[in-house]
Amino acid sequence: MSAVATRAEDRPIAAERAAAPRKRRRRGRKGGLLTVYFWLMMIYTVVPIVFMIIYGFNRAPAERVTFAWQGFTLEWYKHLFDLSDLTAALITSLEIAVLSGLIATALGTPMALAMSRYRYRGRGATDLVVFTDIAAPSVVVGASLLSFFILLNIPRGFGTILITHVAFNIAFVVVTVRARLAGVDTSLEEAAQDLGATPWVTFWRVTLPLLMPGVISAFLLSFALSIDDFIITSFVNGQTLTFPLWIWGAVKVGIPPQVFVMGTLIFVGGVLIAVANVVASRRQRVQTIAVNAPTRVPREG
Amino acid sequence: MDAADRTEGHVSLRGLRKVFAEVVAVESLDLDVAPGEFFSLLGPSGCGKTTTLRMIGGFEEPTEGRVLLSGRDVTGLPPYRRDVNTVFQSYALFPHLDVFENVAFGLRRKKLPKDEIKRRVADALDLVALSGYERRKPSQLSGGQQQRVALARALVNSPQVLLLDEPLGALDLKIRKRMQLELKRIQEEVGITFLYVTHDQEEAMTMSDRLAVMRDGRVEQVGDPETVYEHPATEFVAGFLGASNLLTGEVKDRSSGLVAVALEGGSLAAIPEHRFNGTGARVKLGVRPEKITLQPPDDPVPPGANHVDGLLRMATFIGVGHQYEIEGPGGTPLRVYAQNVGTRRDFSPGDRVRLVWDPEHTFVVNDEEGVGDDEPR
Repeated sequence: MSAVATRAEDRPIAAERAAAPRKRRRRGRKGGLLTVYFWLMMIYTVVPIVFMIIYGFNRAPAERVTFAWQGFTLEWYKHLFDLSDLTAALITSLEIAVLSGLIATALGTPMALAMSRYRYRGRGATDLVVFTDIAAPSVVVGASLLSFFILLNIPRGFGTILITHVAFNIAFVVVTVRARLAGVDTSLEEAAQDLGATPWVTFWRVTLPLLMPGVISAFLLSFALSIDDFIITSFVNGQTLTFPLWIWGAVKVGIPPQVFVMGTLIFVGGVLIAVANVVASRRQRVQTIAVNAPTRVPREG
Repeated sequence: MDAADRTEGHVSLRGLRKVFAEVVAVESLDLDVAPGEFFSLLGPSGCGKTTTLRMIGGFEEPTEGRVLLSGRDVTGLPPYRRDVNTVFQSYALFPHLDVFENVAFGLRRKKLPKDEIKRRVADALDLVALSGYERRKPSQLSGGQQQRVALARALVNSPQVLLLDEPLGALDLKIRKRMQLELKRIQEEVGITFLYVTHDQEEAMTMSDRLAVMRDGRVEQVGDPETVYEHPATEFVAGFLGASNLLTGEVKDRSSGLVAVALEGGSLAAIPEHRFNGTGARVKLGVRPEKITLQPPDDPVPPGANHVDGLLRMATFIGVGHQYEIEGPGGTPLRVYAQNVGTRRDFSPGDRVRLVWDPEHTFVVNDEEGVGDDEPR
């Protein structure tokens, strides 16, 4: 008798339990279209990259990329640096990307700080310049820079590429660092000064450490923009070839598979750094939010 | 040497004025805070108390006037060259540094030897009962603990004056009550001048040696909590610090040490001359709810006592006492609080009652119409 009673009691629970996954499944089906859309977009963006990675392993007898699968090989990884002019172009690109990234970050960070922390004459104009710099078409920027260099009689080459890349990177650095700066409570800087830190010490001990995730993002963005810039660079490069310019030249006669391998390595490196930065900044953001929580109280008096 | 010691920790504000884009935040403020004093700036939001504090800390430059610390004019000095420290409303703990480094920040700027820094940080953390939390990050602490780190970080520098900007504002009531006593204990222990900004009148009264009530950028009254509570100088102060019953009246006679005021509704009240703060003929007479005794209207009034009659509207039992809402002469709402000492006479809503109080418990302020609308927070 009692056993029957228990089973009866169990029934609604069991029914509930059965209902729960059904409900979840229904919700899943509702978002089904969204899921399909999501994966289509993923494929759309990722397929070319995957293609590049796979064909970096393809046996290509003519030492030119072919899209018929000839079999797996690590040949191109072994002979990655065999084409000396391709290697030279890659090194040039890396040098310019690192240098222009560092210089643009070093110049853009104080600029972002000035634009969001201080009121000065011409602040609106600076804003406009930064915006224009981002919005201007590369062709226009490239052409105007070329005429500028010719006018000043500056020989085109590594130097002009570097100057050009620094110039277009600064705007992106300013935007990125400013976004981070908006999340740094000004009372932290006041607290540092209150405790005897001069503005200089305040910057190095408080502002910069808190800005660091933004500064790193800005550098990585600069690096990425620099390493794949083609249009602007093609105006001001003179005889110097960067990685994209070399490939562009090679396309007419066929791309050596090493290009795919280098592309793969650059891509993997970029992804790793981006992931590391996201993880680091997320960890720091959690801290900042926790500390800044009481700031939500409106300021008095 | 002696004279220098006595001014150590003395704060003087002389004709201080601050205008933000044509909005006057602080208007010709003169204030003296004695060394070692726990002094509060009390007022509703927007009264200029935080701006005043920020001018002392060096975060805002006064439009006019001077700030003197221990007799030295510091008006033009940046914050890092003033011997004051601030506990910020948001605590402003450095999120990238642990508790030890937060507290040591000021000492490191003074380039003190390592072992002295270690010793002083340990002492400061001990003072706020946070020993053992050295390696925690601020995000790993509760609000109350963060608040105490902020306090230790400021106190460790042994400033001449400690500025506190609503430091307990973000804490919940229970922790706030405990921190009030804690702050008072710490202040007595270290003997530093505390300048405390708050909008909470109870908080200000609990902790302060003296307080200044501010309104619209001006100081309405300065005094110790008891004086300000018992002898409010203005109607605003009377309303901001605790509950007050205010009755409009007209001054009739000012002889023999007692001022006679004819109240609305006909009765005549006497107020000792020294409790009279009014200047004109029309004044407001105030009595605190706990100073009034209720009695049936036919009972004789004790000799010399003031009284008005009213109609009892509501009686509320609140455990420690009874609270009565009474409709006074001319419809003025009055409030009476009676301590629950077991001798309560029964009054129920609808009864006619007589409110009786000692003339010594009466205060008089100028009648400022409309001031009562300034809702104290």
